[in-house]
Amino acid sequence: EEPPGAAPVDFLQELPSCQSARRRRGGTRERPPAPPGSAARALLQETAEQAARPAREAPLTIAEKRRLRGSQQAETQRLSRWKKWRRTSSKSLKKALSEVKGLSSYLVLWRHDIHSIQGKFGTGIQSYFSFLRFLVLLNFIIFILMFSFVTLPTIISKYGIFNSTIAYISPKDIEDSCRIYEPSGNKGLIYFYTYIKDLCSGTGFLEMTSLFYGYYTVDAVWISIMRYNLPLAYLLATFAYLALSFLWIIKRSVEGFMQNLVHDADPFQSYCNKVFAGWDFCITDPNAARLKHRSLQYELQTDLQEEKLRQKIAERTTKEKLRIYSLRIFINIIVIAILLGCFYSIYRVTVFSQENSNVSIRNDTRTDSVNLFVQYLPSMVITLANFIGPLIFLFLIRFEDYTPAFEIKLTLMRCVFVRLANIGVLLFSLWSQISNCGTDKCKPCGYNYKLYPCWESDVGQEMYKLMIFDFFVILAVPLFVDFPRKWLVTHSSCKLIQWFGQQEFGISDNVLEIIYGQTICWIGTFFSPLLPAIATIKYFIIFYVKKLVLIHTRKPAARPIRASGSNFFFLAVLLIGLILAFIPLGVSIVSIPSSKACGPFRNFNTSWEVIPDTILEFPTVLQQILFGMASEAFAVPFFMIICIVMFYFIALARAHKQVVEQLREQLVLESRDKAFLIRKITEAQR
Amino acid sequence: GAMGGSASLIPPDLLGEYQELTFLSKQEILLAYKRFSELLPKEERESACSARVPKSHILTLPELRANPFQHRICHVFSTSETGDDSMSFEDFLDMLSVFSDSATSDIKSYYAFRIFDFDDNGILDRKDLEQLVNCLTGQGEESRLNSAEMEQLIQNILDESDIDKDGTINLSEFQHVVSRSPDFASSFKIVL
Repeated sequence: EEPPGAAPVDFLQELPSCQSARRRRGGTRERPPAPPGSAARALLQETAEQAARPAREAPLTIAEKRRLRGSQQAETQRLSRWKKWRRTSSKSLKKALSEVKGLSSYLVLWRHDIHSIQGKFGTGIQSYFSFLRFLVLLNFIIFILMFSFVTLPTIISKYGIFNSTIAYISPKDIEDSCRIYEPSGNKGLIYFYTYIKDLCSGTGFLEMTSLFYGYYTVDAVWISIMRYNLPLAYLLATFAYLALSFLWIIKRSVEGFMQNLVHDADPFQSYCNKVFAGWDFCITDPNAARLKHRSLQYELQTDLQEEKLRQKIAERTTKEKLRIYSLRIFINIIVIAILLGCFYSIYRVTVFSQENSNVSIRNDTRTDSVNLFVQYLPSMVITLANFIGPLIFLFLIRFEDYTPAFEIKLTLMRCVFVRLANIGVLLFSLWSQISNCGTDKCKPCGYNYKLYPCWESDVGQEMYKLMIFDFFVILAVPLFVDFPRKWLVTHSSCKLIQWFGQQEFGISDNVLEIIYGQTICWIGTFFSPLLPAIATIKYFIIFYVKKLVLIHTRKPAARPIRASGSNFFFLAVLLIGLILAFIPLGVSIVSIPSSKACGPFRNFNTSWEVIPDTILEFPTVLQQILFGMASEAFAVPFFMIICIVMFYFIALARAHKQVVEQLREQLVLESRDKAFLIRKITEAQR
Repeated sequence: GAMGGSASLIPPDLLGEYQELTFLSKQEILLAYKRFSELLPKEERESACSARVPKSHILTLPELRANPFQHRICHVFSTSETGDDSMSFEDFLDMLSVFSDSATSDIKSYYAFRIFDFDDNGILDRKDLEQLVNCLTGQGEESRLNSAEMEQLIQNILDESDIDKDGTINLSEFQHVVSRSPDFASSFKIVL
């Protein structure tokens, strides 16, 4: 085995591959020796290839690029008119596009703020703020969607603008008792305090506004002679915003992420990624640079230690493995027990809150500050669970003896699950109350119509309360925890406080907070169409609050955060939140009977029924096609074809992988051959 | 903003040419001109397009002063005949173009290779990699990795990127490994 690199270097410099690399370098300083015959032909070929690419993509100095462009233009003179026209038109198109891009860069929200954060804190933290900006835009677009297709026609018809009227179709075969719905509104002498209370809990005057589902008790809207099917529009707008969010998130996550299916190595953990792409060239602050150096050193050392640890783990004895696995199972059981405890307490609190608010608010116009507390009890318990859960998980994971990288991932997954499952449990307990028919109360309408004549508005109110409370907590924590802590650390010299120290900007916690809020928004928009507007304003304010907190109270994290890794992580968790939001929405649209006293779906059994009803009005041929697509005769062959296509692609990927492995082996052999031959030549020359 | 007085100091045909030959937009070129002429003494500001700025002045730019690769960057982009690494305005534009958002990843990886090639021999060998890692971890004695860790790290890097197993990384291997690196495009970026 000859050691690599033992061959003399000067011979290597004359190889054709080195010559072409040097030629591509260009530059005015290194003039390569006059190329012999065959090399000159290769050079001409290369310039001919380069003529196809624009000058600025060549790795040369500006002076060299000018010369290249001159030779390209000389070439174009010799081309046919068609090709000339094509080239000039593509050039002017590119110029126009770059002008448009330059102008539109001024319209980007918060461009300067994010740029300065990037300069001082690096791209890891900057990606969090870019993510916030993305959510503001997403919520704004969802709001525009719901507003223009649902709220605007309703408002237009209720006020009779543009000669529009509302058509109320009286439902058949439905008992009159189901249709009684009188929101308490504002009757009699009302104190100012009631308005604040109503604003906070969504009852009272707010319940009758376009914020909640109950306002949209409209069966069709006639604008002059056109009929606008509002129930269908409501359902389709819901599907549209879900689909839009889904597609936009996927598009964003694919953009920055280069997946390598051929090599199994994890692209985020590779050493090459950490070393070659390790330094953030946008850092402008010397302090930030110093911290970045330290965090890079720490990260590299930790990774090297982790590698040694992994080797140690692979050498574990069977007895040790048994011990560790049983310990892990035990701890997972504890984790599951804690989660079940959380869920049960949320269930009980929700039931308690619903029962007590029903009693004291519906039948009694007496207002009490205790009632507000009872109303917000579910939100408070959820926030408490979201706060305590992660602390417990952090404590427990130390006993499970995983590698540090896996520990972080597992804790994160558990925290995500806790946060999202809490919302699910809340909704489940709400539904159990709504369908709770103790003594025959549900038979006429399918749900508990006495307590919940308009149950969608109630769910909307719960989502509204969750959102308001979440916003309140995000504003209160910096005010009552972070700024006092910073003040204490800078002004007191007590050892205990200094040891506590300033808090780091924990990106994962902040991101999970935001995703929790966004999941609430997605679920709640069906029940409360103006909720995205509140979410937009909320994230807008949160941006400035978090920026203040970051600049004034945080010290940058010791563990470095990679920009692309974090981007992908944010979007992946957001996608999980979206998919989890599909479930409650799907259940309530398809299987829970819609309320007969309010809302656009009064005349249908469930909200989903609008669609089959509309299809029945289509021409017969179209009907048959659509019903055919939904039947088994179509679905089973379709599924089989999709499976076959998927297997084909898997086989193709496997074949490609084999070819790549073979080529790599071949390259290694070629390099050894080259070194061997050069050594032989050097020996022969002596 | 960057516009205003400086707009009149670059002739428009030269501005159009720079837009065509670099990846920078018009606003970015004008901002670069403004920052470049601030580095010159007052008398030379009129002829900024043809003046050369010594390396020490370039290194006072905030974008470069905290960068551990500042000397390599000046060396790679400078077209100075005397080898003193001074930069003209066109060199400065070249540098900003490579580090801009819209530069292709080919160009970025090519220049990254040249910046990391500390001894300028066209390949990244063990000495280059060791100097690279020391640049990343900082300049003090206590911030360097010890020799065992350095050995392990360099061996890992070579295992991942040296395809033909000759103990060095050439340009194509470097471009191949960097094209699979998710962080490269976002970290190899300087915006004024």
